[in-house]
Amino acid sequence: MASAGGDRRNLHSLPNYYGYHAALWAFVPAFVLLCLWLIAQPLLIGASLSANVPAGALGDGMNMSLLMSDVSRVAGGLDTAVAGGAISAADATSPALTMDSLRATLTAAGVPIGSDVGDVVLRLAQQYRASSAVGYGLMTAAVAILAIGGLGWAWTRTNAAFRARNIVERAVLGLLIAAASIAILTTIGIIFSLIFNTVEFFRLYPASEFFFLLEWAPSFSGRGGASSLGVLPLLWGTLYISLVALAVAVPVGLLSAIYLSEYASPTVRSVAKPLLEILAGIPTIVYGLFALLTVGPFLVSFFGEGGYLGVTWMGGGTAVMTAGLVMGIMLIPFVSSLSDDIINAVPQAMRDGSLGLGATQSETIRQVVLPAALPGIVGAILLAASRAIGETMIVVLGAGAAARLSLNPFEAMTTITAKIVSPLTGDSDFASPEALVAFALGMTLFVITLGLNVFALYIVRKYREQYE
Amino acid sequence: MYDDARLIERNVATMDTKISAKGVDVFYADTHAIKDVNVEIEDKTVTAFIGPSGCGKSTFLRCINRMNDTIDICRVTGDILLDGEDINDKRVDPVQLRAKVGMVFQKPNPFPKSIYDNIAYGPRIHGLAKNKAELDDIVEKSLRRGAIWDEVKDRLDAPGTGLSGGQQQRLCIARAVATEPEVLLMDEPCSALDPIATGQVEELIDELRLNFSVVIVTHSMQQAARVSQKTAFFHLGSLVEYGDTGQIFTNPVDPRTESYITGRIG
Amino acid sequence: MTDATAAAAPTNPAKSSLLAVNDRIRRRNAAEARFKYYGLAAIIVGLLSLVILLTAILSNGIPAFQRTVVQLEVTVTPEEYEAAEGTLFKTKEYEALFVGALSATLENAGIDADLSSDALERLVGKVGNNLRAFYRENEDQLGQPVTFEVPAASRIDRYFKGTLAVENITAENRFIQPADVDVAEAMMEAGLMATVFDWNFITGVDTGVDNPGGAGIGASVLGSFLMMFVVLVLALPIGVAASIYLEEFAPKNRFTDLIEVNISNLAAVPSIVFGILGLAVFIQFMHLPQSAPLVGGLVLTLMTLPTIIIATRASLKAVPPSIRDAALGVGASKMQAVFHHVLPLAAPGILTGTIIGLAQALGETAPLLLIGMVGFVARYPETFMGGLEGPNSALPAQIYNWVSRSDAVFTEKAWGGIIILLVFLLTMNIIAILLRRRFERRW
Repeated sequence: MASAGGDRRNLHSLPNYYGYHAALWAFVPAFVLLCLWLIAQPLLIGASLSANVPAGALGDGMNMSLLMSDVSRVAGGLDTAVAGGAISAADATSPALTMDSLRATLTAAGVPIGSDVGDVVLRLAQQYRASSAVGYGLMTAAVAILAIGGLGWAWTRTNAAFRARNIVERAVLGLLIAAASIAILTTIGIIFSLIFNTVEFFRLYPASEFFFLLEWAPSFSGRGGASSLGVLPLLWGTLYISLVALAVAVPVGLLSAIYLSEYASPTVRSVAKPLLEILAGIPTIVYGLFALLTVGPFLVSFFGEGGYLGVTWMGGGTAVMTAGLVMGIMLIPFVSSLSDDIINAVPQAMRDGSLGLGATQSETIRQVVLPAALPGIVGAILLAASRAIGETMIVVLGAGAAARLSLNPFEAMTTITAKIVSPLTGDSDFASPEALVAFALGMTLFVITLGLNVFALYIVRKYREQYE
Repeated sequence: MYDDARLIERNVATMDTKISAKGVDVFYADTHAIKDVNVEIEDKTVTAFIGPSGCGKSTFLRCINRMNDTIDICRVTGDILLDGEDINDKRVDPVQLRAKVGMVFQKPNPFPKSIYDNIAYGPRIHGLAKNKAELDDIVEKSLRRGAIWDEVKDRLDAPGTGLSGGQQQRLCIARAVATEPEVLLMDEPCSALDPIATGQVEELIDELRLNFSVVIVTHSMQQAARVSQKTAFFHLGSLVEYGDTGQIFTNPVDPRTESYITGRIG
Repeated sequence: MTDATAAAAPTNPAKSSLLAVNDRIRRRNAAEARFKYYGLAAIIVGLLSLVILLTAILSNGIPAFQRTVVQLEVTVTPEEYEAAEGTLFKTKEYEALFVGALSATLENAGIDADLSSDALERLVGKVGNNLRAFYRENEDQLGQPVTFEVPAASRIDRYFKGTLAVENITAENRFIQPADVDVAEAMMEAGLMATVFDWNFITGVDTGVDNPGGAGIGASVLGSFLMMFVVLVLALPIGVAASIYLEEFAPKNRFTDLIEVNISNLAAVPSIVFGILGLAVFIQFMHLPQSAPLVGGLVLTLMTLPTIIIATRASLKAVPPSIRDAALGVGASKMQAVFHHVLPLAAPGILTGTIIGLAQALGETAPLLLIGMVGFVARYPETFMGGLEGPNSALPAQIYNWVSRSDAVFTEKAWGGIIILLVFLLTMNIIAILLRRRFERRW
């Protein structure tokens, strides 16, 4: 301001831009440092601790990552206990502390520790806390210095001719680009997390068996032994259930869309369309529950033992049919609203042409509108199929847990998604092939759905261009 | 107005009336689009509807084969008689009516099917052919009538949408005549075409006159003068003047018609 | 006239009247009507599914909001209190006190029944803790008559809700016997039992399998809200920033194309894949705590971003270019034009899209299972950060958790949880619709 002779108009930019500029310099570098530090510190400390682990501490069935997680749990428990006053700060760092005396305190602090955790872990935990404390202290200092330095740098540059606005705007643009790049980062993250773990899995389990074995029988008791982890039964279950779902959703959704866009009066349309779309807004867990507790027993009462039809096709409530039907209901609005858009994109001139020749409305729809909309509808169905293949909660709850290759739709089968969930839920470690197979399954799922999506979106886009 | 009435009477006395409209009003929601139109359209004649944009000529045309039924907010009152039968009668099926009164639209709108299927569409839905050979016959005859046979006879399986604009429009005309209609309505059939294609279509219209009663809506007064025997001038939803084309263009009775023809309105 | 026309039209030898409907037309009209009915039937199937689904949810879920309680006036003397506190199984002692009082009251009310403590314990469930907690808080109430409202046993509760199969009530049943039902009915009549609205279900925390009736959904609702907070704080600014860049600044090049393709694909990636991403990146690689709403929020943020970006871009596109031109025309920079003029005008649309994205995230379950958001939360977190980092569950994950337990009471709670989930979703969607109505603008 002073350099501008006290006249705002002499400044290049509005005064607040100079403020923004200074703030930018103060915060952005400091924040970046903070983030880097927060990520790097646990890794560094972890590495130094691992080096300090006494050779005897790793007994049978213990590996480094498990030990490390125990260490961080104990350290976290100590933090909580100190904060809660259950143990004094001095005691927590004292070498006299033993695990046995600590266990009750930690349990009270909400961190139950297993009995196999010994004093070695405790020492490491104390070391961990000490290094962390030093690290955080250093971090605070470094961040503060950087912030002040940035501010000072901005201050020295502030004068009337300085183009603060342009710099600030360039920085904002940078932020915008960074935000937009998150989409790419996410994709990269997905691909890498799948690839790394899949490669890890294939190192423990032969890829040829995964792809071609007709049996899925993980054994959780005998480690690394007699597990058969063939993807084909799961793939079959997935496709079968999706097929049933599409057999429900496509006719119902398509006919609804046709009725709503070609026949229904505006009133009916304005009521029925949002009502149908409610089905799309209901979370899948609700459908899962509906399948397990309502549709399953209902189907059993017809097709099960002692049912009204006197057949014994269905052993239990969970079956391909149960999950497929419910998934079909879920997909109805998906198919219908996509088809609705696509049917509406067929030019009115084409309908007029047909009606003008004396065709009835249904003849017009079946012989002119639908063929014209066919590519788009195929795209919509493919998108629905990808949705069905990737659906998780309905199959976890409704389809059953047994992997089998069977044609009977009333039998329980399981899917790729269900078998991704089961090994990764709970406290399993990620070292056994039985757990890592989930990542290979995830990879399979990702590749299939990505392929379907890309293909479907391509078809739909080509279709839209045709009528634009 | 009285002059108009006399004109119409004289025409009726000498020619066959195909379509006769009495007191037709059309409303779009609250808009009064057509006001009390009375007209007698003759058989084996090309009748042109002219008038400035938005005067209601297309709307009236669409009344003749009840295409306005497809628009929810549109309401039509008054009588339109086809061969003395009221087309708005409850017993009349619009589908049957449209089979008799074909329509060609402003923009060429071939179906996304092969050329053959485009033409065969109408005969198929109306059951005009007993077997494949008959259908082939109808297709060939219609394409010849549409003056496009020579251009497409070698590629009947090619999609109709792949033709040029003028060819597409002739295809649409051929498609319309394939159902053997009695009346052919044309809503500005040349507005999307270049002059050469327009010339071909106009020639075609003149030939069609031998078999059909043709009603054509057009912006272009030259076109009306070239192809039509009778002309009706619409202005602001009313039928202002109707008579022999020569008389309308050389000696209009109504001052508004004269203004339009000399280019002062529209 | 008609004859004349017919004679003059040799191409139409078989002239038919318009008024006569021939067979072919009749057949075609029948086909037309049939086709229309197919469409109508499809709509009805869709709507019927909705009705059945909602009926199932409501009929199964509403009982979760009620509970049967025993209302009893009990007087505990200081001596009894001392004695009970002195024993090893304290709650057991309190239970005995309560059952004793109940037995006396029943006798006074003239209800003729098996008044053995075993039978009565089958009626009231585990009440010792309630009593003990009350007296430890309010020692001054010792010796005074106090009216307790304690939950009845879960089988009794289910009996009154009609969800207990009557054929299961046999003399061999360890949990409920035919005589118990009679006593319970009599107590209901005498006003000793009542059905009340179960606030504990809404505010309470999850319980172990031994006390299904006391399980509440409150803590997991909090968990969901914490996640929604994270999603809102991260996804809204990032989504809006990304949309502004793509819509207003991005040049047409391969980088922006890549972003666009990525966004449209991410929108269609199965949600469980995001769960795998969260597990591998946030937990395995970055060592963030498992089961924490913070991590759940991060995963859901990545999942919601495409939705928000697509909605935001649509509403930015809806702002006419004339507004931008006007701002640029008075000398604003492009950035100023966007932030001062375009963004405020697009705000309602962005907000609507965000709410819909949040609603989607709120109902998502599968990715949460993978990052372990099924933590058993026995108490509310004390601080905000503690809530973000500490283990918690989420509404849908809690529902899943309950379904996988075998006790029928938990199933009922799961349905009840669904009602709460749907109420939240409905509220969010209504807000979105109202916003859209209120600010809808036609250019």
